Amino acid sequence: MTNAILRLDDVHTDIAQYHILHGISLDVPEGGVHVLLGRNGAGKTTTLRSIMGLWKAKAGAIVFRGRDITAMHTSDIARLGIAFVPENMGIFGGLTVEENMRLAATHGRFDKARLDRVFAIFPAMEKFWDRQAHALSGGQKQMLAISRAIIERRDLILIDEPTKGLAPAIIRNMIDAFREIGEETTILLVEQNFLFAKALGRTVAVIDDGRIVHRGGMAELAADAELQARLLSLSLEAH
Amino acid sequence: MKSLSATFTRFGGVMLLPVILALVAFVLIGRPSSWLTLTIAGLAMGMMIFLMASGLSLIFGLMDVLNFGHSAFVSFGAFIGATVLAALGIWVRGDSAFLNIAALVAAIGAATAFGALAGWFFERVIIKPVYADHLRQILITVGALIVAEEILLVIWGGTPMPVPRPAILTGSFLIGDVAVEIYRIFAFLLGLAVYVILHLTLNRTRIGLLIRAGVENREMVEALGFRIDRLFIGVFMAGSALAAMGGAMWAGYQGLITPALGSELMVMVFIVVIIGGLGSIQGSLLGALMVGLTTNYVAFLFPKLALASTMILMMIVLLWRPWGLKPAVKG
Repeated sequence: MTNAILRLDDVHTDIAQYHILHGISLDVPEGGVHVLLGRNGAGKTTTLRSIMGLWKAKAGAIVFRGRDITAMHTSDIARLGIAFVPENMGIFGGLTVEENMRLAATHGRFDKARLDRVFAIFPAMEKFWDRQAHALSGGQKQMLAISRAIIERRDLILIDEPTKGLAPAIIRNMIDAFREIGEETTILLVEQNFLFAKALGRTVAVIDDGRIVHRGGMAELAADAELQARLLSLSLEAH
Repeated sequence: MKSLSATFTRFGGVMLLPVILALVAFVLIGRPSSWLTLTIAGLAMGMMIFLMASGLSLIFGLMDVLNFGHSAFVSFGAFIGATVLAALGIWVRGDSAFLNIAALVAAIGAATAFGALAGWFFERVIIKPVYADHLRQILITVGALIVAEEILLVIWGGTPMPVPRPAILTGSFLIGDVAVEIYRIFAFLLGLAVYVILHLTLNRTRIGLLIRAGVENREMVEALGFRIDRLFIGVFMAGSALAAMGGAMWAGYQGLITPALGSELMVMVFIVVIIGGLGSIQGSLLGALMVGLTTNYVAFLFPKLALASTMILMMIVLLWRPWGLKPAVKG
């Protein structure tokens, strides 16, 4: 693909003595939501963390907007305009909602219009603005983690299993929120929940045992029951 | 029981403990003058230990570094402060309050500046290679402490060194029939000022916000675009500088110091950090005041238990709150 904002080329990553990624190659097109599906332990989280530089790829190349970021420091990668929402949400429980968001705003100052937009997407953030984050519910913490990622314009947002442990009603709200966010930026979404992924994804890649085993349009996968059955039985837990 | 707990929390929670301890001691001691003398001594002692412990708590909490070499900064701070005061003998002994204060500022300033510089060197050379490896941290920092104590012996010798106290801080004043040592009031006020500065820095500035966030989740701070390693150096320098300042204050308090001063204090400093909870300045203050007051009250009421009092206090606190009285919130 020529309009890829992010390109992974034969990426290998080890965690301690374990070889987790066995040559991941993946293009993430600019704009919209792109999904990385896979079962537990397939290498989804490792892929996102390798992109962020939190675990260094031992071989291969990770290229963002034409720039090789494979060996860059995590903070420098973030400053290129990549936001990361980890699986555990990465919320600072001892800080208030405001302080959590202020850390993600350049020089600690909020753009009023941007903040209003975040409040429009997640009204709970305005309501609990002065509350310590550890006192929020699981769904509210997830909203805070995503709000923090979008409080400034980012070119790419990496989100790791945002629906994990959330109630179905909150997941429906999340779908609407992600659609809106995906209109202005690119999202690489790691998911196990196929219904959630299907509702949002423009493209999909399926990872298994540290390798990409399928890539294509989400609409094609959603429409092809046989392919779905093969990949789902291969890679996904039932949802 | 629940309503009692809610009332306790509403009126300040664990921050009330030093007040409760002082009230219980008042009842047990019986004589208001003795109680006041012991309370002031305990608060002054607590504040000096707070200076030494606050930096260690932040270093523990933010950097996850077990620095057993922290006491070397305390010892060096004590000896540098004492040396500067000795060198400025005329200013120290003179009647001029201005010269007295200048000598004091020079002594504490020199100790603190040395602590910051030595902290930078220590972090870059000793600590940096052993991040994320507690066993090596313990081994290398204990080794560094031994080397530092030998350097102290080489420079200042093994005989106890007298510490001149500026004339303005000698003597005492009377509150009713209670004589209050001026130095203790000064130690308390200096500790309080440092606490206020640390509290404002941590709660009102962006760097403070980053430190509080880093104590909770270093990785996420980096994923937000900040270099946590640069923050580490700053925190380590500040922690070492505070330890040296505490050492200089302790030297003036004791009047006679030996190279083993830091090691002797270190057990108490670690107890304060553990009681207070890792990574929390409020916790360090609370722990230090509890240790200072308990030591003085127990030494008066039950002299035979004096040495064990802080250990007993730590056991009680940990049985009640295994993470300390006021640890930094994680996650």
